[in-house]
Amino acid sequence: MTAILSETIKTKPSARRDEETAARLAVMSAGATEGWSVANREAALERVKSMGLPQPRDEYWRWTRPASLIAPEAPTAAVFDPAETPIFDAVDRVKVVFIDGVFSAEESDPLELTGVSIERLADSTSDIHWASELYGKLEARGQSPVERPLAALNTWAATDGLLIRVTGKAEKPVSLIYKHASETSDATLHHVIKLEEGAELTLLENGPAAARFNKVMEVDVADEARFHHVRAQGRDHERRAATHIFARLGRESLFKSFTLTANGVMTRNEAVIELLGDDAMAHVAGACMGDGDFHHDDTVFVTHDALNCESRQVFKKVLKNGAQGIFQGKILVKDGAQKTDGYQISQSLLLDGDSTFLAKPELEIYADDVACSHGSTSGAMDEEALFYLRSRGVPMAEAQNLMVIAFIAEALDEIEDEGLRAELLDRLTGWLDRRRG
Amino acid sequence: MLEIKNLHVKLEEEDKQILKGVDLTVEAGKVHAIMGPNGSGKSTLSYVLSGRGGYEVTEGEASLLGEDLLDMDPEERAAAGVFLAFQYPVEIPGVGNMTFLRTAVNAQRKARGEEEISAADFLKLVREKAKTLKIDAEMLKRPVNVGFSGGEKKRNEILQMAMLEPKLCILDETDSGLDVDAMKLVSDGVNALRDEGRGFLVITHYQRLLDHIKPDVVHIMADGRIIKTGGPELALEVEQNGYADLLAEVQ
Ligand SMILES: Nc1ncnc2c1ncn2[C@@H]1O[C@H](COP(=O)(O)OP(=O)(O)O)[C@@H](O)[C@H]1O
Ligand SMILES: [Mg+2]
Repeated sequence: MTAILSETIKTKPSARRDEETAARLAVMSAGATEGWSVANREAALERVKSMGLPQPRDEYWRWTRPASLIAPEAPTAAVFDPAETPIFDAVDRVKVVFIDGVFSAEESDPLELTGVSIERLADSTSDIHWASELYGKLEARGQSPVERPLAALNTWAATDGLLIRVTGKAEKPVSLIYKHASETSDATLHHVIKLEEGAELTLLENGPAAARFNKVMEVDVADEARFHHVRAQGRDHERRAATHIFARLGRESLFKSFTLTANGVMTRNEAVIELLGDDAMAHVAGACMGDGDFHHDDTVFVTHDALNCESRQVFKKVLKNGAQGIFQGKILVKDGAQKTDGYQISQSLLLDGDSTFLAKPELEIYADDVACSHGSTSGAMDEEALFYLRSRGVPMAEAQNLMVIAFIAEALDEIEDEGLRAELLDRLTGWLDRRRG
Repeated sequence: MLEIKNLHVKLEEEDKQILKGVDLTVEAGKVHAIMGPNGSGKSTLSYVLSGRGGYEVTEGEASLLGEDLLDMDPEERAAAGVFLAFQYPVEIPGVGNMTFLRTAVNAQRKARGEEEISAADFLKLVREKAKTLKIDAEMLKRPVNVGFSGGEKKRNEILQMAMLEPKLCILDETDSGLDVDAMKLVSDGVNALRDEGRGFLVITHYQRLLDHIKPDVVHIMADGRIIKTGGPELALEVEQNGYADLLAEVQ
């Protein structure tokens, strides 16, 4: 283990970066020109200008081409009808619908939930607001030691999003539904979620959102609060998404996030989590299934900065027909963060020889009394197991599906709510069945 | 019911002939035992009959109740009634034993044009059969064979066999790694399945299993061929004298 504290990984200056950044900024504008968020947005714009937008040579962009995410115009993406009941439809929840990144009052439920205040960012133009302490603030913290310029761009330009403040135990989930209607839509949403001491909320997200989607979610989890996040990224084949979660955890708090992704030519999901209070727990998990023109990147950074905290990163990727999976996951244990229990696993199941999985697991530890483990594997389906299943009469396709589900199980198990876990499992099984024959 | 004629098998990837002309007929209702030294091709025969990849049949045929087995996929053979209790049962992390069993039972029913078994009936059936094999509920919940002891794996094979009710049961060294009690359990499980419509091919090294599962016919296999066939007394002879005399006799 190195003993030098990592320095901020600065982007290197380049003329091309300057040009592309300027071109992108030229077609965008600040998401608000009045109210409390203006100062935060202006600070974010400064960050964008000083960092510049990502370039292929940047350390964490080597495996994911940033070009389509930073181009002035969103590459077009056909709208896809999966011909199935939308996910989470059976869940009793407060629905909030965005179509191509634009809030739809008509399709949304009233933004009312006991113990929770829900507001639209676009409506929030007062001079003073609780969210000003968080909006762009957790994002700014998350710019070090690794820069994340697309998130800063989002803070500046986000046109809408939700400001959710949870004071009690929410009796049902808040469910964000991102619909995609236009082939050229370019959506930028930014949510701030603040869980007060002892509060609890489940946030659901689903849908492709737009042809291109830039989303940031900042989550402040106070002492003893609990936050559950379950996301199903839409199945539109051509959609692109760059998403960031920035979370800060207090004492004895819990943060759990699970993402299921099927399809999408370009997805970059970043999670930046800081455990700042003792005995906190953060689990980030994801499962994706890619077939063909599919690129999925999970980039996770977990910082332990308190005693006796636990973190888990569990990512599973099933890839075929040239699909690409990327995992860049780091556990940083700061000096003094004793009794840290850190776990990280990233695995891919390659269904053919064309697909690729690249993993960069990193551990950086400055405390001496910690237990951290990480592993990454990539492999084909176990032929022996397949034969065993088939020898009992299970047809090839069904046997493969059983193996895929088994492979993903560890990630799916990170969803605490049994009903939600069953729903996602059901969905997965359905998708696998339909792909058959 | 099982007819094997002049079966020649080589490894797909290598020029290595393993079976060099096996002739064997197993009649319905009968138990045939195959004994033979290590490496003589017993497991290969069981794999070729159940359709595992990696082997190439260069000559000969094998059929079950008149149906050509060698052209079928493993799942089709299973639906036709072939069951292999593996010498080394495979561990499948993440797939629950129950899910596996139910999927298998229903897949075979479907292949035969029968209705799927209801969840309740399945549960009842599996519990009943598991109980006689001393397989507890905990074991049923675990992933297939993961963390099972050698004996538990073998009992699990017999449970699958009991649930699937095959026509031809092939047992490949089901006795290896079993203590006396487990051997008794497994043998009782097998004997419970003996009936007029079902044939057995029991591969073993030792007479001891054949004390429990009484064979009608005993074959000795060596170097990819069946070199001698006889009654139960042949197994006793092998037990006492080993294979050396038999091998010498043939040469
Ligand atoms: N997949 C394989 N690769 C290489 N050699 C094999 C393979 N399968 C079988 N063999 C060889 O074929 C011969 C017969 O093996 P096997 O059928 O397992 O014998 P038995 O079960 O009678 O001990 C042995 O020499 C064994 O090494
Ligand atoms: Mg063998």
